[in-house]
Amino acid sequence: MEWETVIGLEIHAQLATKSKIFSGASTTYGADANTQACAVDLGLPGVLPVLNQQAVEMAIKFGLAVDAHIADKSVFARKNYFYPDLPKGYQISQFELPIVGHGDIEIQLADGSKKTIGITRAHLEEDAGKSVHDGFFDNTGVDLNRAGTPLIEIVSEPDMRSAEEAIAYLKKIHSIVRYLKICDGNMQEGSFRCDANVSIRPKGQEELGTRTELKNLNSFKFIEQAINYEIKRQIDVIESGAKVVQETRLYDPNKNETRAMRSKEEANDYRYFPDPDLLPVCIDQETIEAIRKGLPELAEAKRERFINEYNLSEYDSDVLTASRDHADYFESVVKAADGEAKLSANWVMGELSAVLNKSNQDITQSPVSAELLGGMIKRIKDNTISSNIAKQVFESMVNGEGTADEIIQNKGLKQVTDTGAIEKLVDDVIAANPDQVRQYQESSADKQGKLIGFFVGQIMKQSKGKANPQQVNQMLQEKLK
Amino acid sequence: MHTKTIKELGNALHNKEFSSEELVSFYLDRCDSYSADLNCFISLMPETAMEQARSADKKIQNGDAGPLTGIPLAHKDIFCTNGTKTSCGSKMLDNFIAPYDATVVSKLNEAGMVTLGKTNMDEFAMGSTNETSFYGAVKNPWDTGRVPGGSSGGSAAAVAAKLAPVATGTDTGGSIRQPASLCGITGLKPTYGRVSRYGMIAYASSLDQGGPITQTAEDAAIMLNAMAGFDNRDSTSAEQAVEDYTKNLDESLDGLTIGLPKQYFHGQLDASIESVIQEGVKELENLGANVKEIELPNSELSIPAYYVIASAECSSNLARFDGVRFGHRCDEPKDLTDLYMRSRAEGFGKEVKRRIITGTYVLSAGYYDAYYLKAQKLRRMIRDDFRKALEDVDVIIGPSAPQAAFKLNEFVDDPISMYLSDIYTVSVNLAGLPAISIPAGFTNKLPVGMQIIGNYFAESRLLNIAHQFQLATDWHQQSPKGFE
Repeated sequence: MEWETVIGLEIHAQLATKSKIFSGASTTYGADANTQACAVDLGLPGVLPVLNQQAVEMAIKFGLAVDAHIADKSVFARKNYFYPDLPKGYQISQFELPIVGHGDIEIQLADGSKKTIGITRAHLEEDAGKSVHDGFFDNTGVDLNRAGTPLIEIVSEPDMRSAEEAIAYLKKIHSIVRYLKICDGNMQEGSFRCDANVSIRPKGQEELGTRTELKNLNSFKFIEQAINYEIKRQIDVIESGAKVVQETRLYDPNKNETRAMRSKEEANDYRYFPDPDLLPVCIDQETIEAIRKGLPELAEAKRERFINEYNLSEYDSDVLTASRDHADYFESVVKAADGEAKLSANWVMGELSAVLNKSNQDITQSPVSAELLGGMIKRIKDNTISSNIAKQVFESMVNGEGTADEIIQNKGLKQVTDTGAIEKLVDDVIAANPDQVRQYQESSADKQGKLIGFFVGQIMKQSKGKANPQQVNQMLQEKLK
Repeated sequence: MHTKTIKELGNALHNKEFSSEELVSFYLDRCDSYSADLNCFISLMPETAMEQARSADKKIQNGDAGPLTGIPLAHKDIFCTNGTKTSCGSKMLDNFIAPYDATVVSKLNEAGMVTLGKTNMDEFAMGSTNETSFYGAVKNPWDTGRVPGGSSGGSAAAVAAKLAPVATGTDTGGSIRQPASLCGITGLKPTYGRVSRYGMIAYASSLDQGGPITQTAEDAAIMLNAMAGFDNRDSTSAEQAVEDYTKNLDESLDGLTIGLPKQYFHGQLDASIESVIQEGVKELENLGANVKEIELPNSELSIPAYYVIASAECSSNLARFDGVRFGHRCDEPKDLTDLYMRSRAEGFGKEVKRRIITGTYVLSAGYYDAYYLKAQKLRRMIRDDFRKALEDVDVIIGPSAPQAAFKLNEFVDDPISMYLSDIYTVSVNLAGLPAISIPAGFTNKLPVGMQIIGNYFAESRLLNIAHQFQLATDWHQQSPKGFE
């Protein structure tokens, strides 16, 4: 039988607010345990939540970016369950009335085809703390630093039919939240997390199969592996005559398998009800429009613009728009290079990217600013230096030796374009190599093309690379005739 | 000194008839002599009180004193007080030292008041008799064989016995007004949102409201001036500006229209209580008021609606008492479930458990619509009844409670009867309206309170009416025997 896979994703993205969603405590990652948990985060008797407006704005931004309806009234609800990392015994979330309603996004697959994936809803909620198992002997520690960190939970429609589609969707959402600067997207630190609902059904059947929910998916690679494992597992289960059980399954990346965690019967009754400590969130059209006006250009639009405005290839545009910081950097380079886009793209994707990879740095931490790089590219463009010399200049810039102009000046790297000086070098080399001159002159035109390289090389060596190679070439051809 | 109102005490301190230190040590002595009999305090705070008194005296000397500087009070043990035990009447929090002050506490501290101690209360404010307290029942000063009402029974008994000139209370379904009525004193429940709930341990968040328990309406006005106001730490507190609640106290009642709900009288009510209320209304008519009969057709639905909503909210609010971070933890838990189950089984009393179970039930999948949502619908109907009635009348008057103080243990095994004693008060919380209970007479030598219900944020009008009534009567000046 031919099977069809149905996948829906629930993404939890931590919002990049300075303070928590319902308290003034800091959200910085990695502080000592429980140093960033105030009375509200600890759920002390008598404390009350107060909504962080920045989190609301970020959720609206996301909604607008995926073309979704923004609710004029949304309501926070309590999701009640007991867990040591959940200090109040309930999580403040949104249930019946989420802030972001239905939206959709378009994904592109490897074969170039496009597909629209629906977003059911996105809602605001608070993150829980963390249980810490190391260093407490038989006990468990609780770190509440993360408790109360704002999250937006983005729920997709079951529109994806393969792990590839799921990853494409996930990467698209990942790009959107980072472009909007509402989430740092860091999957290792858990600021961008994903659960996958996976089911299979005979191809052509309308009715959905029984789904399982996969958890503990903290990289794109694991998500893909987990989904593919789970599809295969479900097919095996059904083809062996058994039934898929609705349950939560945990992915184990070491063994590349999923294991049952809890079944539907064991699932909690969360007893959702509107949180009486918080007022409904009312958003007027003016606020929405003001936020819409401030939205940045997103990856897709930027990519199209790079192709049209800078004449870049699709590939280059893809690479350069992978993140907003990348794209912003590139555009600053172009600006500093007086509009020289192709060279700028090559340098950002080539030498600069190599340096950053080697030092494991982000483009925002680049040792060479966009202005410096653009300044150097300007000098390649106006023939002050050759591309080869530029590599030397770039290395010096990485080492913090100043602007391209300063480095060219200090190191005497200016390209020689003076015809008289070049002519003298050409004449000297011709005179010193009579055998090669003869060989050249006796060769056919296509062989000459290769042989001329010897003379160019000699001249460049003599000039320490500073002679303008085009001029040298031209003059040699004249003189060797 | 103890017969003085806080208005009079303020004047005396101002005129340096005595110092705050003298006043506070007088009250602390009085508490020492009487509070054990009444069991109205959970904690007394003599050391910090004397410290506060000395700093108040400095302020008075420097001329920085306000109307409340140097005046002692007692806080219901539901308000967090920084550095002192805040038990909420429960074994669960018997070991809990609050690390911060409730907004009400810090406001009254800033006003220069001196905290004598923390008063006894029904456990987590769940009760109408003060018998559910882990610290034992509070006795009514009018008859120590009887209850003071609840849940702010400790505060009401302390003020009635003049162990504190004034106290704070909280009112979720009548917990200020009903004990005020049973103890023969004045108790004001402000409009929902008028007084910050921050630091007031939550029972039912959409109904809880703090307020003053005092000897007179004038004192209640002075207290409300200091307690009311928007708090950016409480999203449900009202941004409405605070008035000077003493400003209109002396206004005449000429032209005042009083509504008497048909559903509150006519055989529904104990005859002796009814005659006290009718006498009280007559007194107000003498002062210039007109009376009109009105309808509150859904009154009788308020008890079921209240117990569904309050229980639902409390089942969630009390989930944080899990033995993990603070409060009671069972000995040597086997595992996490055992820790939760035994800590909560040991830490909570019977009535609290009853409401948590009820609340968990009404929020459960499959029951939510039938109970919680239906109760919310009733709540809107009850609120609409009040809104409609208050279009025709200025205030609504009725009894605060269907009976005077009942005997200790009378309702211990009959929670439904206990719940019914809230019949006249809970609807006001469901609607979020302000109401005041003032002494209006006696039955069988026990005080009876009259309740005046006003429109949203009409505290000023309620206090004006209550004050005028108290100028014309002396019910509020009666003292229980032995505490004169």
